[in-house]
Amino acid sequence: MDKPYVLSMKGIEKEYYGNKVLKGVDLYIAPGEIHALMGENGAGKSTLMNILFGMPVIHNTGGFKGVIEVNGEQVNIDSPQKAMELGIGMVHQEFMLIPGFTVTENIKVGREITTPTIASSIFGKKLEALDKRSMAADARTALDTIGLDISEDTMVRGLPVGYMQFIEIAREIDKSGMQILIFDEPTAVLTESEADRLLDAMRTIAAKGIAIIFITHRIDEVMNVTDSMTVLRDGTLVERLITKDTTAARIAELMIGRKVEKLVEDTVDNRTLDDNDIILSLRDYYVDMPGEKVHGIDLDVRRGEILGIGGLAGQGKVGIPNGILGLYEAAGEIVFDGEKINPNKLGDALNKGIAFVSEDRRGVGLLLEETIEQNIVFSAMQVKEDFLHKFGPLKIFDAKAAKAFADDMIQKLDIRCTGSSQYVGRLSGGNQQKVCLARALALAPKLLIVSEPTRGIDIGAKKLVLELLVKLNRETGLTIIVVSSELNELRSLSDRIAIVSDGKLTAMLAPDASDAKYGLAMSGSKAGGEE
Amino acid sequence: MKNKKLLSNVGSILFENKVLILFAVLCIFCISYSEVNVSYVSGELFTRLGRNACLVLSLIIPVLAGLGLNFGIVVGAIASQIAIFWVVHWGFTGITGFMLTALIATPLAIIFGILVGILYNKTKGSEMITGLVLGYFADGLYKLFVLYIIGGVIPFDDPNLLPRGFGLKNAFDLTGSLKYSLDDISLLEVVTVAAVIFVIAQIAIIIYKSVKKQALGLTKRIVGIVIAAVLGGVSFAVTSVVTTLETAIANGTGVPAIVNKLAPVCYKLDNLYGQTRLLLSDAIFLFGVVAAIVFAVKLVQALISKKSFTRPLAGMIAMVLIIVLAMIPAVNAVTASVRIPACTYAMIFVFCAINNWLLSTKLGQDMRTVGQNRAVATSAGINVNRTRIIAVCVSTVLAAWGQLIFLQNLGTFNTIQQQTNVGLYSIAALLVGGASVQKANNKQAVIGVILFHTLFVVAPLAATKLVGDSAISEYIRMFLSYGVIAAALAMHAWKKVKKKFGNDKKAEVK
Amino acid sequence: MEKLKSAMKNVNLPRLIILAFFLLIVALMGVYKLDVLSYLGSVIKYWGMWGILALAMVPSIQCGVGPNFGVSLGIVCGILSGLLAIEFDIAVKVDAILPGFGPWASIIFAIIVGAVIAWFVGVLYGMLLNRVKGDEMTVTTYVGYSAIYLMSIVWFTAPFTSGIIKWALGGKGVRNQINLNTSFGSVLYDAGGFTLFAKEGVTAGIYIPTGLIVFVLLMCFLVFIYMKTKTGKAITAAGSNPQFARASGINVDKMRIRGIALSTALGAIGIIIYAQGYGFIQAYTAPLSMGFQCVAAVLIGGATTRKAKISHVIIGTFLFQGLIIMTPPLSNVMLQGTDISDTMRQIIQNGVILYALTKAKGGVSSEE
Repeated sequence: MDKPYVLSMKGIEKEYYGNKVLKGVDLYIAPGEIHALMGENGAGKSTLMNILFGMPVIHNTGGFKGVIEVNGEQVNIDSPQKAMELGIGMVHQEFMLIPGFTVTENIKVGREITTPTIASSIFGKKLEALDKRSMAADARTALDTIGLDISEDTMVRGLPVGYMQFIEIAREIDKSGMQILIFDEPTAVLTESEADRLLDAMRTIAAKGIAIIFITHRIDEVMNVTDSMTVLRDGTLVERLITKDTTAARIAELMIGRKVEKLVEDTVDNRTLDDNDIILSLRDYYVDMPGEKVHGIDLDVRRGEILGIGGLAGQGKVGIPNGILGLYEAAGEIVFDGEKINPNKLGDALNKGIAFVSEDRRGVGLLLEETIEQNIVFSAMQVKEDFLHKFGPLKIFDAKAAKAFADDMIQKLDIRCTGSSQYVGRLSGGNQQKVCLARALALAPKLLIVSEPTRGIDIGAKKLVLELLVKLNRETGLTIIVVSSELNELRSLSDRIAIVSDGKLTAMLAPDASDAKYGLAMSGSKAGGEE
Repeated sequence: MKNKKLLSNVGSILFENKVLILFAVLCIFCISYSEVNVSYVSGELFTRLGRNACLVLSLIIPVLAGLGLNFGIVVGAIASQIAIFWVVHWGFTGITGFMLTALIATPLAIIFGILVGILYNKTKGSEMITGLVLGYFADGLYKLFVLYIIGGVIPFDDPNLLPRGFGLKNAFDLTGSLKYSLDDISLLEVVTVAAVIFVIAQIAIIIYKSVKKQALGLTKRIVGIVIAAVLGGVSFAVTSVVTTLETAIANGTGVPAIVNKLAPVCYKLDNLYGQTRLLLSDAIFLFGVVAAIVFAVKLVQALISKKSFTRPLAGMIAMVLIIVLAMIPAVNAVTASVRIPACTYAMIFVFCAINNWLLSTKLGQDMRTVGQNRAVATSAGINVNRTRIIAVCVSTVLAAWGQLIFLQNLGTFNTIQQQTNVGLYSIAALLVGGASVQKANNKQAVIGVILFHTLFVVAPLAATKLVGDSAISEYIRMFLSYGVIAAALAMHAWKKVKKKFGNDKKAEVK
Repeated sequence: MEKLKSAMKNVNLPRLIILAFFLLIVALMGVYKLDVLSYLGSVIKYWGMWGILALAMVPSIQCGVGPNFGVSLGIVCGILSGLLAIEFDIAVKVDAILPGFGPWASIIFAIIVGAVIAWFVGVLYGMLLNRVKGDEMTVTTYVGYSAIYLMSIVWFTAPFTSGIIKWALGGKGVRNQINLNTSFGSVLYDAGGFTLFAKEGVTAGIYIPTGLIVFVLLMCFLVFIYMKTKTGKAITAAGSNPQFARASGINVDKMRIRGIALSTALGAIGIIIYAQGYGFIQAYTAPLSMGFQCVAAVLIGGATTRKAKISHVIIGTFLFQGLIIMTPPLSNVMLQGTDISDTMRQIIQNGVILYALTKAKGGVSSEE
């Protein structure tokens, strides 16, 4: 511990509304070091970085516990402004660039160099004139530092994506006194050659004595570029590793590793799954969903099974069901129960018997300003024309039948509410999820796809929802696809688990496969194996 | 290959300026169909250009700050009209009255602007419809003020303006008070005053910079001062020689020999540039020569510093062409029959300069950043709401001044309704010039005023000829204004959809 | 406590203020010994005239487009069909065959033809609005204005031959006001009408235009039923959460087009009902600000830019028309012969819309 660390974070703890997300995490980085921060979604990486960056979200929720030292001195970072003053910068995952500005203007945005004028001495600093020449010179220096060979007068609009990332970096290193630079998943949007150039630039920057925190899930890149790393899991520090002393498999294991706690009680299982009885098959399947793109997947789902689809956020797993349902543009062959489904015809999959519970419960899954009853019967009414009085061409809503069905569902799924006429917006997350499930079940589907079934639900309700899924599967033989970022959850209820990384299927694993296998498959590492 | 590229370049330029081209064609068609006298049209046009350009220029800053087309400039016009009531009531006339009105209208406009800005901040993303409704709302409050409060609640004792004791009379006549208060200042007076202001400002800057120990750029400034002093001196001399002679002739007294010697030249100059209205042909010639000189200087500078000299060269050639063109008898016959007010036209340049100067400051850059992306602006430490409010304030103040310039030229206005359509006409003009909800500049504003008002004059004439009844004019005009805005807004929104789709396709290919 | 809080949140401030204002006016009218009852009768008449125009806001708000400032598009269609009914002299022709049914045939013709034309125009209009999502309110306003002036040019040049429509002198183009005496003027207003509480020398009493009230309520009921059908439910879902609707296999754009087409058709019917109450068809620019008045009426009734119910239409139109009708006589006696009502209407109408816009949390958040 004698090493003069530029940044030390000691014993960091953070609670969100009684929910502990960081349980005493340490982070140490020396000047000029490239340090990876690794962990699954929800491991606490972004919370830790938000604390370091003094984001308002931390201070609006009661602050944090622990000590941050920069250059050995304890500091109190209470705003992003303060973080910047201390020389902490961040390269964002989504670009914070203005397309209509030149490279110089983007690099200098908010920190323009100005010269005082008479008007400014009367009316204040805001009216100082821009010193375009010095701004351009500064921008040039920053661009040269990272070896980007474009004119500083170019408009950002129309530049390749790879360049934009570099301009972001140039903006950060242009800030005076930059000591620590955070890269948040910088290679996610880059092509392979662009990513290589980025890693080179990181080395150049580190060589100048700037410490780099590199947040990524790509183990290959970590092995390639970093000096050391910190692995987090479930808000706790797993280990601080020196890169050259470890292996990819070991990192993967550390990221995933946990005791599999049974989330679902074992139930009587008298199903017989036939590998030749395929209910859904995808061939060369693409989906163009922003942030969750799918790039060519082949997948078969057996009748009667629970198939899990896992992978990290943004890798495309969520895109799979959204494409099938026609919510985003998709291509490829989809055969369901012997029939072809046209993914670009909205409602085709619904009509043929696939029901979907969306991951975006409040945005897509529910009509928040409507009653439970309306939410439950809506899809069945629109798709199957249930719950309608038919007078010739006139189809009027049958309130009686709808209420009866909704009441039945409320009882069956144990939805805690004051009655079927309560507004859905007022229900808790778990009960809202049950309403979504009830709506899907009202369609009497042959295949149920549930995306992120437990997102934003407390632990008790989580268990209830998962058990409900298992019960549906066992008792009615309903085929279920569960898409989830929580591996633990998938492993406790699925028969098989498909792992998606970078829009492709990287592995099909048994629930009890080793942690290392899961870790490598999820990071898309080339060292990962298929089973 | 090269030809192809050139062709596609020309194509894209044509496409980018499609609105402009469409309206230019429409103007030409209407003029030729209605067989109207060209000098009548140009006379009308240049009157309207002088009147309206400043109001249109007041719209540019909010567009760049991301607020869209500020339908709320109506509020600025109201500030100006309220100021006029009191200035006329107090009996101020001429340029003093004009300045006083501007002085009173400015703080009013700033207060109104802040309120409008706060409202816009509450309705981010739908500023345009808010501005529009706000215009009508403010219109109602103003009516309440003009018809009932003034004289009714606020004491305002003026039987000429308030025949009933409360409520201003319907037509407000500025004859003898503010009418032509700006128009009647001759070019020579403008030059004299501008030169004095320029010299004082330059000296102040030199002092300021030497106190602050900044680079002075002394040679450049001294050259500027000398040129300004010469110009100012000459114009002052011309006016004073002519006045001296006139008084001498009137009183029958003698004058110094030097005055007599200078008299012929001075009379000639005074005749050309000393009148309250400038002959358009003279103005074009003068403008062409001055601009050509400026471009020539730039050309020399570019040659010395070995930068690209195409732009100044092209500018110079264009100016020479304009001068030559203006001398063609057919054109000259038209331009020699139109007279324009020098000072009012100078105000157009002043407004352009204010816009440009503001955009060259840190504040202007902040506004542009906010306009482009509010999230980036926030993360760069810019106070988005404050910046937006300032942008609205600037626009409102400029609109107030613009309305004042408009009214002094018009001479008499409808007390209750004059401001109602200010936003409508100004915005339609700006859009015709090729501006959009997100992009606008001075050039588009001026070109837009020219095209829109040409059409405003000739389209009803063409329609009248077609239908045989002039009562249709008003409908044609209003349809034109509303139609332009509806079409421009729809086209703008349409383009947004298309762009998104294009991105998706690209991503798919990738 | 919780309930009280949420109740406070749900209170619509402008509606409360305007309700209070309305009651104050009624009370003051009593104080100044004005014939409150007979004015209330006028309010009912104007409520009937405006009711269907305001009703046109419901489908457009429910389908997610927001208040249809461009209802003028439907209005001009209605004016056209009304003029056609006169031009073809339907009232007189039918009267010759079935005496007494002329006016009825005339208004039914106008309503059906107007609604059909407006529906088609509305479909095109809806297609335009689907292309300008997020900017609908501004676009609808200007499209509405443009439509009025475009049709003014058309009226000016239209080759109508009926002497009632043409200018008395000159021969070509449509008059400013077309008398409906010989066609369908007052046909609903007079049907089954009776006067209540009339007292010689004290009050003229309230005139109850039964036919008009029944027709307006019937239209409200039809719209209510339509919104309860499968399509109506889909329109509402498409408006309140387009993503949700898509996930249930609903074509959101199509539903928006249906909502707008319905709104436009109601606009056409609305202006015919308005005209029969007024006694004249007003061509040219008279309907220019009608869109704004309708929007203000439903907003006063408690609607927002995202949600509107039939009850909002009924209450809002009554309160808004109440203010407009009751203020002139009152300000006349209170302020010695000045009529402040038009100015007041302008302030209230636009103030209410502004308030709703600030509550709408901007177009940006509704896009998300």
